[in-house]
Amino acid sequence: MDIELTDEQRQVRDLCREFAAKELRPNARRWDEHHEFPAEAVRQLGAMGLMGVAIPAEWGGAGMDAVSYALAMEEISRGCAGTGVIMSVSNSLYCDPVFKYGTDAQRERFLRPHASGAKLGAFALTEPASGSDAAEMRTVAVRRGDRYVLDGSKNYITNGPQAEHLLVFAMTDRSKGHRGISAFLVPTDAPGLTRGKPDDKVGIRASGSCSIFFEGCAVEESQRLGGEGDGFKIAMATLDGGRIGIAAQALGIARAALEEAVAYARDRKAFGQPIAQFQAIQFMLADMATELDAARLLVWRAATLKDRGVRHSAESAMAKLYASEMSERVTSRAIQIHGGLGYMRECDAERHWRDSRITQIYEGTSEIQRLVISSAVLKG
Amino acid sequence: MTFEPTEPQAAVAAAARAVARGILAPQVRAAEREGRFPDAVMRALGEAGLLAMNVPSEHGGSETGAIAAALALAEIAAVDLAASVVVGVTNMVAETIARFGTEPQRRRHLPPLASGAAFAGAFALSEPGAGSDPAALTTRATRTGAGWVIDGEKQWITSGDLAGVLIVWARTDPAAGGGGFTAFLVERGAPGLTVGRHERKMGIRGSTTVSLVLDRCEVADEARLGAPGAGLPIALAALDGGRVGIAAQATGTIRAALDASRSYALERQAFGRPIAEHQAIAFALADMAVDHDTARLLTLRAAALKEAGRPFHREASMAKLLASEAAQRAVSRAVQIHGGNGYTEDYPVARLFRDARVQTIYEGTSEIQRLVIARELLR
Repeated sequence: MDIELTDEQRQVRDLCREFAAKELRPNARRWDEHHEFPAEAVRQLGAMGLMGVAIPAEWGGAGMDAVSYALAMEEISRGCAGTGVIMSVSNSLYCDPVFKYGTDAQRERFLRPHASGAKLGAFALTEPASGSDAAEMRTVAVRRGDRYVLDGSKNYITNGPQAEHLLVFAMTDRSKGHRGISAFLVPTDAPGLTRGKPDDKVGIRASGSCSIFFEGCAVEESQRLGGEGDGFKIAMATLDGGRIGIAAQALGIARAALEEAVAYARDRKAFGQPIAQFQAIQFMLADMATELDAARLLVWRAATLKDRGVRHSAESAMAKLYASEMSERVTSRAIQIHGGLGYMRECDAERHWRDSRITQIYEGTSEIQRLVISSAVLKG
Repeated sequence: MTFEPTEPQAAVAAAARAVARGILAPQVRAAEREGRFPDAVMRALGEAGLLAMNVPSEHGGSETGAIAAALALAEIAAVDLAASVVVGVTNMVAETIARFGTEPQRRRHLPPLASGAAFAGAFALSEPGAGSDPAALTTRATRTGAGWVIDGEKQWITSGDLAGVLIVWARTDPAAGGGGFTAFLVERGAPGLTVGRHERKMGIRGSTTVSLVLDRCEVADEARLGAPGAGLPIALAALDGGRVGIAAQATGTIRAALDASRSYALERQAFGRPIAEHQAIAFALADMAVDHDTARLLTLRAAALKEAGRPFHREASMAKLLASEAAQRAVSRAVQIHGGNGYTEDYPVARLFRDARVQTIYEGTSEIQRLVIARELLR
């Protein structure tokens, strides 16, 4: 048992906290309002090493541990949840698998510019008819000599509108079910690849997502990540790591809501005293703070297991499940504490609530997390 | 950072588990029927070093540290919640004497508490008219020539009838408010100390809970624990540690509820398959597992801060609040998963359900924990 952060971890947290306060918080509402991609902030995140936190320096990343990554994700998301998910996708869903499964040639082309933040990547797994059940995907990659030809469509692809490269999953052998899925690294300017218009989302509106269409889109065999049929395994292992990032994002959103609710409760008067003096308000704040701390411990635990190279599927699922559901409760209570103002677009509380909602859905719904956890419990 | 116990900490937990399964488990039902458990059980717990875990070894303690103590309490609670209450309070009393007592007080009281010879320790703070609000305490201690005379009534005192030594709080300066309390070490059988009503409780029935009458109960000045007027800080310090203990107990409760439910769900068939294969049941198990882990992590965090000698007031309250509330959900889900069987005393979850209910009440209600947390948050 040692719950202390190292000096390096503290520095990462403080650096990100400062950046979020200075560059993200003042702009978050505008980005949300206009569905505007925070290009300059993302560029700065890249310069800080935050787009490839875990990637070794020799491949352009920051070479830091998973705890540092979780700390960074919480702080960045505390400033702007949309920016948080842009960062999370780059790290967990793109750079990590390309580093882990890529050849050196693939790392050179598809990783280095991403780990340093020069280019943006995305993870293209979800399809209109296949979300949680990835094995049902329709997109195919048919082998033609030393190339594969992709046909099908993907949707809700975060970073899709801006990404230079995609990690795409497609069926190479439907007869093998999920063992027939393979992964490919595809430039978004490849012939045969088109993008839909950006999705109009409830929250995390600083980040863009869109559909991706493949019509006879040819890729070289050298763009296949891992072996043929390894795609499902790559996707699932990647999502295990990604869950820690989303859980940390949920922490950051909830913390924003809590901090603002505390400040408002101290300030706002009713019946002759600050509303913070009323037990009804105090008790909400107490529950918010307690649940937030519990979620953070779950996140940190999963991150420490990841750092030690120990299997952490159930622990990551717990962190993601609890943190995301906590985040909705906490942000909703923050609106309640703000009263009518909390329902207005001029108040950040409503944005936090909208931003939090997605964390229970993407990178594995709460239901998928419960499946992962219950199967671990039943195995004993 | 790591959330794994060290080897010595894990060894303490394993020792507690062994005693819990070997000594406590076989007598849980009998103790519940009898309303107390045998002296031999307390001796066995003492022998295993589980009654004075944060007490120096020169006084018979086992010096496990707060983290190991929390793990041990969770193991005991997972088997026998009544015993875990008595063990928790005894540890709290021993630790308080070790921390605030004089050397002669330590030498007199700690070895019998640690060995189980004193059966248990008791913590006599609550009164009929004062539970969450200690400022409303009315028990008085008046200075006489050689010592003090204590008059008043205490209520809800765990092991109050059996404990070899009780820490009794009394008002020594009625004008001074929160500064006017003093703690005293009162021994079983002291003249003027009588046991009143034995409470008939819905759960943790293997432990005794009594009211105490102090009628011109005379104690020497040497029985005073800490300075006159220093009683409240002693009580509050003890309760911070006690809250980590109840949080650990609640964590053990959730573990027991989950383990029983898991076994039952794998065994019990409905619609042609084990009910564990129905998502409604599997997801309930998943939620119980999450509740367990959040309770455990908050408990261990508070214990780690305590062990490091750092402030843990807020963290203790968070652990107590979340763990005890999570335990309510867990025991209720456990009964639900067991269906009709869960409502009968033939299965252990019915007892768990009754036993766990007190956890959101004693050693500071959930409401008091929320006040503590909010106060810290708004500071």
